[in-house]
Amino acid sequence: MRNLVAAPVILLAVIIQSAVVSRIYLLSGIADLPLVMLAAWALQEEVNTAWQWAVATGLLVGFVSGIAWFVPVISYLIVVVLAQLLQKRVWQAPLLAMFVVTFLGTIVLYLLSFATLRLSGVPLPLNDTLGLLALPGVLLNMLLAIPAYAVMRDLSRWVHPSSEVE
Amino acid sequence: MALALGGYFSSASNVFTGSLIDLQFWFSSRFVALQDFLTAPRDVASLRQRNAELEADVSRLQAQVIQLQQEVGETQILATLVDFSRANPENVYKAAAVIGRDPSPFLHFVIINRGSNDGVLRGMPVVTDQGLVGRVDAVIADAARVQLITDAASNVNIRLQNAEKDASLVGSVTGDVTLDLIPQDATIEVGDLVLTSGLGGGYPPDLIVGQVVNIRSRDFDLFKQATVQPVVDFNRLEIVLVIVNFKPVDITPLLPAP
Repeated sequence: MRNLVAAPVILLAVIIQSAVVSRIYLLSGIADLPLVMLAAWALQEEVNTAWQWAVATGLLVGFVSGIAWFVPVISYLIVVVLAQLLQKRVWQAPLLAMFVVTFLGTIVLYLLSFATLRLSGVPLPLNDTLGLLALPGVLLNMLLAIPAYAVMRDLSRWVHPSSEVE
Repeated sequence: MALALGGYFSSASNVFTGSLIDLQFWFSSRFVALQDFLTAPRDVASLRQRNAELEADVSRLQAQVIQLQQEVGETQILATLVDFSRANPENVYKAAAVIGRDPSPFLHFVIINRGSNDGVLRGMPVVTDQGLVGRVDAVIADAARVQLITDAASNVNIRLQNAEKDASLVGSVTGDVTLDLIPQDATIEVGDLVLTSGLGGGYPPDLIVGQVVNIRSRDFDLFKQATVQPVVDFNRLEIVLVIVNFKPVDITPLLPAP
């Protein structure tokens, strides 16, 4: 039953992303709230449902966005893989792990988006994409990482209260 | 008594009553001052309560003012759009609010709150009173996704009003809009108006797109290029109009296979 908390959280994240975050530009880049929240959720030690969250979030973002549906699904799954790998290695510095996962996850998402759009014939100049879109997007995601981690940690403790007692 | 009635004591009477009045004033003023002093704490308490009530009223009214200002803004936009639809009676419009943008920074799409239940179909052009916005890319029952003309995959056939030449308008990942495929012999100038040509059947003709702001022409190029300033401010899109009586033509089967 506790896994049901994912539904409202994911829905809320995608709605906020589409209605608010996507309107806040830094050059041409925007933050990716679902990705950052997913990274923060996957980094919580007691969480073992991050895979389901990744697929659900990816499908929902793919449904809302004009980009191919598999791009966010694959990217978010890779984010979870990165988080699971780093969780056991830099467990004493969770915020550092959060930054690394956010950085690498954003890069993966942008690479996949870029490749998919280029293969479908959309003209995307590499310089503009890198300088005006990818780098500002990475910066915004890193800024969002700290509050997102705090919120998801609290949510994790609320959903898994027994592990906190231990 | 006779002397008093005769007015012989009037000066002495005036002095006496004047002194009485002064004395009464002195007592009265001191009493009022004392009363104020004694009742002051109760007044301060009631004043504080009243002040809190008034502050609450001010907050409520300020919120109301903001809400009304927002409604006035929306009403002005709607009034402008109504004027626009009256000025273009050949088209049937359906007004829609922009409720979101594409989550991916690579794409320039907006989401509107009208869908197939309102007669919106894929391919329908979307405009504002200022000019062309884009066209419907995907539709569900109560919402639709609109591809803006600034999107990198967008391609609009246009004509330059002064030069009477056709060209192609393409978007970019940064949201800049460029004219391509302008013939080298076309005489274009900064400030020329860019309109849809209607070629290809994707958009109705003569919708305003923007103005030429910069021209790039090199002798060894096959075509000229130009940068266009769109008339629509895409960062402040709130309400748009979908042209619901326009049936886009799919010319894909007519195109030669690569």
